[in-house]
Amino acid sequence: VCFIPGGLDCSISFVSHVLGKVCVHGRQKEILSILVPHLNNLTKSDCIWQRICWRLVECVPDRWMEAVVLGFVQRAPGADALSRLLGNLVVKNKKAQFVVTQKVLLLQYGHTTAVLQNLLGYLSLDSLRRALLIKVLQELLETWGSSSAVKHSPPEQQQYISKAILICLSHLKEPEIESCRQELLTSMMEGVKCHLDSNLPQIRRLGMIVAESISSKINTDGPVLKFQYEEDDEARELKSLLVQTPPFCVVPSVPDDDRNGKADAALPLVLESNKKSHAAAPVTPDEESDAELDSDDDLIPYDMSEDKELKTKAPVYIRDCIEVLTGSEDVDKWEATVKALESLVRKNPAATREVSVELAKILLHLEEKTCIEGFVELRQRAQVAVLTTDPIPVIKYLTSQFYSLNYSLRQRMDILDVLVLAAQELSYPKSCGKTKHSGVQKPCIQLLPGSDSSKDWRRIVDERIKSKTRRFATGQSQVELASGPNEFNLVAGHFFFPLIQHFDRPLTTFDLLGEDHFVLGRLVHTLAVLMYLAVNTVAVTAMGKALLEFVWALRFHTDSYVRQGLLSCVSSVLLSIPAEHLLEDMTEELLETQSWLGDVVEKDPDGDCRRVALQNLLLMENLKKKLKTVPS
Amino acid sequence: MALPPPDPQFVLRGTGAAVHALHFSCGSQEPDAPILFSGSENGFIHIWNLKTHRVDTALDGHGRKSVYCVETMGGKDRLLSQGRDQRICLWDLAEGRTAVTDSVFTENVGFCRCSLLKVAQGRWLMAMAAKALEEVQVLELPSKTSVCTLKPEVGAKLGMPMCLKLWQINCGSQPLLLAGYEDGSVVLWNLSTGKVLSQLVCHQEPVMSLDFDSEKAKGISGSSEKVLSIWSLNEQQNLQVYKTHKLVNAGISGITIRPDKKILATAGWDHRIRIFGWKKMKPLAVLDYHTATVHCVSFSDHKNPGERLLAAGSKDHRISIWSIYTQT
Repeated sequence: VCFIPGGLDCSISFVSHVLGKVCVHGRQKEILSILVPHLNNLTKSDCIWQRICWRLVECVPDRWMEAVVLGFVQRAPGADALSRLLGNLVVKNKKAQFVVTQKVLLLQYGHTTAVLQNLLGYLSLDSLRRALLIKVLQELLETWGSSSAVKHSPPEQQQYISKAILICLSHLKEPEIESCRQELLTSMMEGVKCHLDSNLPQIRRLGMIVAESISSKINTDGPVLKFQYEEDDEARELKSLLVQTPPFCVVPSVPDDDRNGKADAALPLVLESNKKSHAAAPVTPDEESDAELDSDDDLIPYDMSEDKELKTKAPVYIRDCIEVLTGSEDVDKWEATVKALESLVRKNPAATREVSVELAKILLHLEEKTCIEGFVELRQRAQVAVLTTDPIPVIKYLTSQFYSLNYSLRQRMDILDVLVLAAQELSYPKSCGKTKHSGVQKPCIQLLPGSDSSKDWRRIVDERIKSKTRRFATGQSQVELASGPNEFNLVAGHFFFPLIQHFDRPLTTFDLLGEDHFVLGRLVHTLAVLMYLAVNTVAVTAMGKALLEFVWALRFHTDSYVRQGLLSCVSSVLLSIPAEHLLEDMTEELLETQSWLGDVVEKDPDGDCRRVALQNLLLMENLKKKLKTVPS
Repeated sequence: MALPPPDPQFVLRGTGAAVHALHFSCGSQEPDAPILFSGSENGFIHIWNLKTHRVDTALDGHGRKSVYCVETMGGKDRLLSQGRDQRICLWDLAEGRTAVTDSVFTENVGFCRCSLLKVAQGRWLMAMAAKALEEVQVLELPSKTSVCTLKPEVGAKLGMPMCLKLWQINCGSQPLLLAGYEDGSVVLWNLSTGKVLSQLVCHQEPVMSLDFDSEKAKGISGSSEKVLSIWSLNEQQNLQVYKTHKLVNAGISGITIRPDKKILATAGWDHRIRIFGWKKMKPLAVLDYHTATVHCVSFSDHKNPGERLLAAGSKDHRISIWSIYTQT
């Protein structure tokens, strides 16, 4: 396509029509990939071409405007190029305005960061368009801050909106920020609250990053909001959006090279001089030691093997430990006791059994008196040791405390963690009945021996369960041929049923179905793990039935973390219960679950939920197939 | 096959309180006169007869406040003691007297032991922590005139002086002061100008104790951490770290180098006394007798090398006397 310049009054509305029609038929890529660079070059310096280009896009009929504008936004090499190509189209044309300010930003979320940069940069480059920029920012913040959006929109969309907000912020100038400072502050506060409420760490982090950025923009001189979160590539990428790099120019790069060159030259000099001084220094001590053949050798040292670190001794008896932990003011002794408790408990099972519930009570309420490294881990290991030594009374105590008044959320979650770790330990086969715990605990999940079905989804489910319950470094999962009676068999029911009993009874300080949905999520995941570990136990079918009922009651919960947990419960049920039992005893529940899973796969906004539901459906299919192929 | 460490030659009991200061006076010619002075937390200074192993006299001059430094001034008849009652007392002990002849009111409530240096016949210099937090005052004794006040510059943030050592390169030359401070640095002061000659950060924790060998221009300092720092003084009067020695347990209350500069002893918070060879810091022995923190160690000044003793005073109210490496 080439035009003949030369002062002719040409009508290009025909070209606009052609362009529009081609774009709307889906051929944006082909035509624009040639047109846009061409136009870009032509419009760089020539005003006439700019005006021609603007006329071109303005004349595109409304019904095809969206496709054309979208195509341009995607293809333009930069915001300034887009500005040259489109001119003030967004101000003049209502449809274009709608597409640019509403559709691309709020209704779609599949575009890349570059597209966002182009679009928002374009809006910021002209004073007429800047008003639109501010309007866009306000709408984005409204969406960002609305709690229903945070709860129900997919994480990808939330990330898209956050990126857009950050880019907008980077374009705003001081006077503009001044004028809308109050609104920014209010929306930031609301938005941060909804984000931090969420159970998904990714959403929380997005909220934190955006809030920090907004705060740094509006409080340039005062203290800024600062959150603590994990810095990884995603976080860094988001933060880099806040700073706008100036448009690419040739000139500044030369002094840059020069400066870099000088810096490089400076460094080797410094290094060399350092090396020289280091080379000089070792010489003199050598000479000195050679010269000293001395009478120091006359003095014969005495035996110093007894010289060891001074340690406060920890008590050797369990009852002494209890005394120290409950009453003693001697902090050294307290510290030594906490460190030694786990091994003492394991070495003296009989003595522990006498005082197990008391110990469990003390440990549950134990708070850090002095600053010990790894206090939380030490306490948890001691609790697990007590539990595994005397399971039934301690489990009764812990599960009853889980639903009692006046515990903090942290303590209730600690209870769940301890139950899971202890269950893992009990279900792990011990070699020849001798306990294998010499120091480091290895909470591996017992691998199911031999399976005919495809491994992928099982591995994925395993990973999922592992990722929810790991607390500290794992040992290698050993292919152990050790065998012994499954200790978990006797107590699996005790772990499981009390936890599931009272979930719908709210207490004054603890309401699982209400505000404390984080704990509910953890409870559900815990039940999934317990179910998984109950494979080969007698109670497994009864547990499975109860669990499926529980899942059914909660299946429409709004929190995606809880839903993920429910789906992993279903996986555990399908994996742990022998296929024959599943089909005999639980047919109706399975059918209902299957229809629910189908629903989830299609309609659930959370990607993880959809994936696990799909895996569950596959599991069910495989089970059916397996049963069909069993030789009669 | 190394020998097990020796036992104490004898143990002095009877102070009734933690022992904070020790000083021998065994150099005189009379055969029955070896004496050990000890300062305790109950304010008494005990004069021990090292032949009978009993207390000859108990001096009460500090109003039952802890005595944390005892020094003799030229013989066992003149004693200087420093206590927590903010006083430094000078005693006349000749012919059985027990009188305080003079006292200096320091107005300092710290624990920094003073340091004495004989500069001429009958004239001593004494360095002590002064009233203001970071200052050290040097007095001339017995006239009690102030020679100089050593003030660190504003913003130096050294903290309290923790330990002091006055020394001269040889008799008649200019006296210098080494001071260890709360921030872990050791500072060399020039007394005539009152200025800092050199400062070296040796420790991360306060310097608890230091000692200096003027012949080799090498010193050692100990702190509440696990490291002993050995530093040297070069020709330009600059302090440099020579080496560090890592200890098994943290905390040193006192360090002292034997007068013949062959060995040194450290008093540890881990109840142990450690002996090192001074030339190369070779660990020689760990003497484990006490059941509580050892507060002070001191070597005797016997003329006969074979009779030399080491004394250690501890919080468990006992003073252990050792005879170790006396053959060199």
